[in-house]
Amino acid sequence: MSAVAGPTVAPGPEERTNYLNKSHTIKSWLLTGDHKRIAILYLISVSFFFFLGSLAASMIRLELTSPTGTMMSSEAYNKMFTAHGVIMIFFFLIPAIPAVLGNFLIPLMVGARDLAFPRLNLASWYLYVLGGLFGIVAICMGGVDTGWTFYTPYSSLYSNSQVTLTICGAFVAGFSSIFTGINFIATIHKMRAPGLTWFKLPLFVWATYATSIIIVLGTPVVAITLLLVVAERVFHFGVFSPELGGDPVLFQHLFWFYSHPAVYIMILPGMGVISELIACFSRRKVFGYEFVAFSSLAIAGIGFLVWGHHMFVTSQSMYQGVVFSFLTFLVAIPSAIKVFNWTSTIYKGSVHWNAPFVWALGFMGLFLIGGLTGLYLGSLSTDVHLTGTYFIVAHFHYVMVGGTIMAFMGGLHFWWPKMFGRMYPDSWGKASAIITFFGFNFTFFPQFVVGYLGMPRRYHYYYFEPTWQVWHVLSTVGASILAIGFILPAFYLTWSIKNGKPAGPNPWGAKGLEWETDSPPPTENFRHPPIVTEGAYNYDPVADAEAVAKSAAKAGD
Amino acid sequence: MNLQIQPEAASERAVEHDQLFFFITALTIFFTVVVGGILLFLAVKYRCTNSKVDRSNAPYHNTRLEVAWSVIPLLLAMLVFFWSTKQFISLTNAPKDATDIFVIGKQWMWHVQHANGIRENNEMHVPVGRPIRLTMISQDVIHAFYIPEFRLQWQVVPGRYTQMWFTPTKPGRYHIFCAMHCGAQHSEMGGYVYVLPQAEFQQWVENGGNRFQPQPKTMAEAGKQIWDKYACGSCHGPKDNERGPSLYALFNSKRKLKNGVEVVADADYIRDSIYNPAARMTAGYENTMSPYTKEQISEEQMLNVIEYIKTLGIAPSAPSGTTPTTPDPLTLRTSNEGDMTR
Repeated sequence: MSAVAGPTVAPGPEERTNYLNKSHTIKSWLLTGDHKRIAILYLISVSFFFFLGSLAASMIRLELTSPTGTMMSSEAYNKMFTAHGVIMIFFFLIPAIPAVLGNFLIPLMVGARDLAFPRLNLASWYLYVLGGLFGIVAICMGGVDTGWTFYTPYSSLYSNSQVTLTICGAFVAGFSSIFTGINFIATIHKMRAPGLTWFKLPLFVWATYATSIIIVLGTPVVAITLLLVVAERVFHFGVFSPELGGDPVLFQHLFWFYSHPAVYIMILPGMGVISELIACFSRRKVFGYEFVAFSSLAIAGIGFLVWGHHMFVTSQSMYQGVVFSFLTFLVAIPSAIKVFNWTSTIYKGSVHWNAPFVWALGFMGLFLIGGLTGLYLGSLSTDVHLTGTYFIVAHFHYVMVGGTIMAFMGGLHFWWPKMFGRMYPDSWGKASAIITFFGFNFTFFPQFVVGYLGMPRRYHYYYFEPTWQVWHVLSTVGASILAIGFILPAFYLTWSIKNGKPAGPNPWGAKGLEWETDSPPPTENFRHPPIVTEGAYNYDPVADAEAVAKSAAKAGD
Repeated sequence: MNLQIQPEAASERAVEHDQLFFFITALTIFFTVVVGGILLFLAVKYRCTNSKVDRSNAPYHNTRLEVAWSVIPLLLAMLVFFWSTKQFISLTNAPKDATDIFVIGKQWMWHVQHANGIRENNEMHVPVGRPIRLTMISQDVIHAFYIPEFRLQWQVVPGRYTQMWFTPTKPGRYHIFCAMHCGAQHSEMGGYVYVLPQAEFQQWVENGGNRFQPQPKTMAEAGKQIWDKYACGSCHGPKDNERGPSLYALFNSKRKLKNGVEVVADADYIRDSIYNPAARMTAGYENTMSPYTKEQISEEQMLNVIEYIKTLGIAPSAPSGTTPTTPDPLTLRTSNEGDMTR
């Protein structure tokens, strides 16, 4: 594999002005309208929240190694898993790929100078930070113990914790998403370069477009719902609590109407990233491009009609359960199609085993298991046993962590040279991907077992069933391996910003407009506005393999 | 160590559920191995350094293939859907002759009421082989009544009744869990279902909800019946645990209280601790025990309970009297009830 083309170093324009070295003042960063700088601001802030969320996860895993706990009270434990969930979902998983990679790449990929509304884009980052501050203040003032789902009437009338502040944080962060979504939709519709028709767009753009639609349609619903919880909590305005004439199950309907599509907000951009990685590193056009593009839209559409599968065992009627289960099985099909298409893309490709490709393979492995275990939960009868247990915890971590984070890391490794103009050591990237993959399985596979055995999620103690301990110990050991897989990139990626080899405009030999400009790109993105004549992924695997053979022969001389 | 990977299947539904569960497991393993295998195989076979493979005429579409890999998963999904839905419909329709039991969830315990008036806390006794229908409601937040060995869970919601039913097939003791996060002690909101053979269940009913001793001969035996009725042992076990201190070898022992005072566990202390547990909390414990009223345990019965607690052991090195080592206003008015009942 050493013969894999190393970065084609373009020595010349490395010190040309680009979006990073244009100005170094703090003000120039905090008042920037440049989508690339805003992407970097997002990268720093989501990494910070990922770190916070991981700290909470570590505490949870350590605590669960003993059936009676060792470090904290049950109240503290409940606040810990709530902090983990709220931070990871609202402040990491939802913004990670769209706000970092999407912000950086959408204008580049469509050949535009910037997003349609640069100031709205900056405002969205400030809202995100404000929402995050609310969350951190809530934690400092004692934390919140409702779980990230804020189920009523516990959240509205019973919990003695910082529910209101936390909800304000999630509410504000929601508007940050909405702003980003609007920006992407407008940009993709109106700012494509001449010649760049819809079916020449990279699949990452399609996926981001589908995601933006979900964000714009879904987020307002959860925003209103969370406000109603606050209204009930603060003003005793009865909506959800039967004591005040409300209906607690109504909350679940409204909450999942957004929060199920939110799962697709997290995973669809990840799928977009994987399409890019698989195409580039197999040097092939994505197999069934139109199928993959439309399956994103299909997922976005049907994804709005399946929220009731979170509520099979509530007081929802049996008929509702049956309809929601049916639609859930339908939404599984487009995801399956994507996996088959990616696999077929590799067939007759010229596969370069670089770090981003290994992350992409890791994604596929984990997403396969995550997706297939969704069958157990979409199916009514098995869901009755497994819902609310560790089985569901394992399932959604496979989809959201195994899917979204693997894709985010893969994308970050792929576009890192574009963002900072430097290469990181490829072998370290591969090693981290492999460590993460194994650590991840080690952490979450045992949770499938302990869930099937009947351990409910969000349990602090389990001294009444000590046989579960072995699974938790395994899981905690796995989590420490997983941590290594995430800590390593923090070091070698940061190291590479100063010390990496210059990347040149196109280190991977990739197609796509973003690779035709400098790395890092200039503020205006393209020195000459591009005109597009060829479709996406115009790769030639035969020529590529010949070129590799030739350069290997040369090296052998 | 015996590594368990499957919970016991103790109801009719549990057996059916597991058949479906293992079918989906087979699908999951099959597709993970096949798709994952093909993926790795292709990625290795078509590595760019392998110049021996044919890369010409790579396809970008294959309608037959694409239809096949859309339709086959869809058919398998529909198979699972119909199979599963059939089970679900039957679990939402209880047989007409099902025995009714009523469940009330509250932070953080389960109350169970039988039609014949027997009440239980954190325990539910049922006969084997009979369909049982639970009608459930919550007194506060949303809970979920979950019995893994029956593969059965349903939310218990405030403001409206929910129902579920099961037919236990194996006598034994099975966990009850709360599976919906309900606050601080969510993980400890649990108990046990006791599935009894028909005859034993009949006797349990005749004994007014006591399984063990039909006719108490002594006060201690009568006390044990009350102890069992209110499931005192589910918190106060042979050893101190997270839920409550052990009451073994309690009588006449010195107890350290939360406020730092040390008292002797005499009859009065025990009586007070049952009628008003908050007054003298044992050090290291929070006040999680609900007080018992005189309607639940009459003064008469209280004496029996104290007698029973004595049979759990009397501290050997106790002082002969009941004088506390540190004067405590509550123990100063000690009478000799404990001695009187001896």
